[in-house]
Amino acid sequence: MSTLLETAVKKICKKLDHDPTRLLDVAHAVQVKYRCVSDEAMDVIARELEIPRVTVESLVSFYAFLSKEKKGRVVIRLCDDVIDRMHGYARIRDAFCEELGIQLGETTPDGNITLERTACIGMSDQAPAALVNDVVVTRMNSDRVREIVRELREHMDPRQLVRTYGRGNNSHELVRSMVRNHIQTDGMVVLSPVNRGEALRKALSISPQEVIREVKTARLRGRGGAGFPCGMKWEFTRAAERDDKIVICNADEGEPGTFKDRVLLTEFPDRVFAGMTIAGYAIGADDGILYLRAEYTYLKAFLEDVLERRRRDGLLGKDVWGMGKGHFDIRIQMGAGAYVCGEETALISSCEGTRGDPKNRPPFPAQHGYLGRPTSVNNVETLCCVTKILEEGAAAFNQHGTQQSSGTKLLSISGDCRSPGVFEVPFGTTLKEVLGLCDGEDAIAVQVGGPSGRMVGPERFDGQICFDDLSTGGSIMVFGPGRDLLSVVHAFLGFFEEESCGYCTPCRVGNVLLREGIERVMAGRADPEDLEQFQALGKAMKAMSRCGLGQTSPNPVLTTLESFPGLYESRVAEDPDGYCRSFDLGEAVALAEELSGRTSAHAHAHADTETTTQREGT
Amino acid sequence: MSDKVTFTIDGVEVEGRPGQKIIEAADEAGIYIPRLCHQPGLEPFGSCRVCTVTANGRPCSACTQPIVPNMIVQNDTAALQDYRKTLVEMMFVEGNHFCMFCEKSGNCELQAMAYRLGITVPRFPFLFPKREIDASHPDILIDHNRCILCGRCVRTSRDVDGKQVFDFVERGPHKRVTVRTGTRLADSDADVSDAAVDACPVGALLRKRVGYAVPVGKRLYDHEPIGSDIEAGSAGKGN
Ligand SMILES: Cc1cc2nc3c(=O)[nH]c(=O)nc-3n(C[C@H](O)[C@H](O)[C@H](O)COP(=O)(O)O)c2cc1C
Ligand code: SF4
Ligand code: FES
Ligand code: FES
Repeated sequence: MSTLLETAVKKICKKLDHDPTRLLDVAHAVQVKYRCVSDEAMDVIARELEIPRVTVESLVSFYAFLSKEKKGRVVIRLCDDVIDRMHGYARIRDAFCEELGIQLGETTPDGNITLERTACIGMSDQAPAALVNDVVVTRMNSDRVREIVRELREHMDPRQLVRTYGRGNNSHELVRSMVRNHIQTDGMVVLSPVNRGEALRKALSISPQEVIREVKTARLRGRGGAGFPCGMKWEFTRAAERDDKIVICNADEGEPGTFKDRVLLTEFPDRVFAGMTIAGYAIGADDGILYLRAEYTYLKAFLEDVLERRRRDGLLGKDVWGMGKGHFDIRIQMGAGAYVCGEETALISSCEGTRGDPKNRPPFPAQHGYLGRPTSVNNVETLCCVTKILEEGAAAFNQHGTQQSSGTKLLSISGDCRSPGVFEVPFGTTLKEVLGLCDGEDAIAVQVGGPSGRMVGPERFDGQICFDDLSTGGSIMVFGPGRDLLSVVHAFLGFFEEESCGYCTPCRVGNVLLREGIERVMAGRADPEDLEQFQALGKAMKAMSRCGLGQTSPNPVLTTLESFPGLYESRVAEDPDGYCRSFDLGEAVALAEELSGRTSAHAHAHADTETTTQREGT
Repeated sequence: MSDKVTFTIDGVEVEGRPGQKIIEAADEAGIYIPRLCHQPGLEPFGSCRVCTVTANGRPCSACTQPIVPNMIVQNDTAALQDYRKTLVEMMFVEGNHFCMFCEKSGNCELQAMAYRLGITVPRFPFLFPKREIDASHPDILIDHNRCILCGRCVRTSRDVDGKQVFDFVERGPHKRVTVRTGTRLADSDADVSDAAVDACPVGALLRKRVGYAVPVGKRLYDHEPIGSDIEAGSAGKGN
């Protein structure tokens, strides 16, 4: 048996040319075949790729979709996002547990089905959702859960769970998914009909420098969150010394509540790939990578097919620039479950086949990116904008939006509104208008920009969606009357804690401390000075963290302290007797009691009161 | 191109060489920037964040940020010192540090940093994690309770010893150093003569049987705060 495994793993390594920079793909292929990357498999991989064994282990332990422990033949990953929780996650989870007879995180005794939870899978507009292996199942209810388990037990084939396909390419034979696009507005720019080949043709009729100039004239800023001017990024990359430049399209789309890139990849893949090709021409690259999050594996075969068709039609591959000026091709790199990999330097680490740790900057990717090559990382939507700019000119693009934020923005709207989905709005649209569009006017709060963004209250609903006011990579979560915003904050912190890469101190520790602090507030065991601690922690995390994850992860706390102070003040109080409310003597002595086999009279005399011991004396 | 780069740290003019990091130029100028994961001679790591300064107003880690002409660096400001305190407090509550009966006490950079920054007790609640001790090796032991994930052993083993005995596994708060999970230090090719053994700033990676060879009272930081050697003008060795 062990020789069988060895042979199979060797074959996988060989298929990827024993290339250590493809370690992630090797590990993933082993995971798919054996439902785990076992100790033995790690040994073989290390030997075959000639890398330290601990490096393999380091990688496997980093990504949520890789595991050393054997998983079931079918892995059900329940999307445990704030929005899913609002739409009945707990009921769905309980129904699965009951039906399968296991707890979350366990595998059925026959080894067939594993039940897990996972962070946002990009389906907030059709929650509650889950991944069943690669198959997306949406809008579940308890009855459907029971059917799903019954059906799976019969055929063990997740694909058969899909009964009706979503519209558009969701019903394409290479997709066959029940996912719905939910495109809610007429396409102005990015969502307008595709004129395949036109933009690339126009780009190639002018020089790369002119392409960059056109993108600069359009004042295009990155849509992935940071808003960096795209033309400038390309100029830096083009000017870098090495010749082997590369374009990476960031399709990691991990910010909870964002799903617009999913729709672009489903309905406008040619626009995305044309944008990448134009970027390649502009910076002088030979190739590109589309980094696709593992949760969107259901789109992979379809996207490969689109690439193949583009090669066939001369829009990609050999001599794509014409006149023997060289070639440009694109490969798809699959992620393996890590939000931080959306951060551009972590994305590059992941493409290089390592842990998704962000890198130190400088050097910036434009100088020294993927395998040391000058690299331009661009978001899916940014690249779609590029295609439109080349197709119709900067002036047409500039008609929309504001001076600082030109063009339109795709919004992924979810939560308490009657029409969740993808909306294309010009920059400068107010939040109030957005709430009107999605039928969510009675919102008590809106999370703009996902957990790393900000919680906005009604007094700021006149704010505008744009880079210098309410900036967002696309995520808009609507919270209606009666929602407990503190539990939203708590969920966001839990998300960051899980998704932190753990490299730097402030993010690795700070998110845990904030999460525990919010738990004390929720339990009515926080002192007023806890709130000062939150501020101190949050500020230190923002200033001292190494990458954007830690620099923004305290935002849920900091922005609610600012906009919704009542959330905290109503639950925080000075103890009347001057005791420290957060200290639980019973809990503190529990282990000592257990070890000594005695109970503390003092601890239990106070067990029911909130407070016990004075803060002094430690 | 000039072979000198002139810039300022807290208003003091400093001369460095092209390609130097802020912390290197500062060390040579006798200006101490607090640090834990940085060690001269090793590849910059940037994990502890204690060395964070502002360069032209933007926070960055001094151990990774190259100097450029006329750069304005702020190091010893009230805000930065407070953030550094917060970081060091985080490290104390994240692990299990009982300095009073730790054999590294007095030679420990974390402890010394806490003293230098004026920390008497962390503001934050202790997390009291359950962590392992691996004492399987005849001459070395690793006590994960005290590890601050600075990566100095990882880098030293890889780049100085040429071995790669250690690496990190897991992510987020679960991240830890390992030789290879399921395997003990004794089964690795770690040796007591490895430079990596001396790389640890705290009492996590220790040589056995020499814990009290230097008595308390005569240890590195017993009389002078950490960083004094740099401030005295000699280039600091860090440990
Ligand atoms: C934690 C984290 C996650 C991110 N996730 C994404 C993502 O999923 N997609 C994306 O395009 N950008 C993401 N970004 C932003 C990228 O770092 C980068 O700025 C962006 O991909 C650049 O493309 P753009 O200029 O076209 O926006 C993320 C940043 C951070 C800090
Ligand atoms: S802030 Fe630090 S720990 Fe958090 S994801 Fe970035 S590098 Fe990792
Ligand atoms: S010394 Fe610079 S980050 Fe640790
Ligand atoms: S005193 Fe023991 S690790 Fe610092």
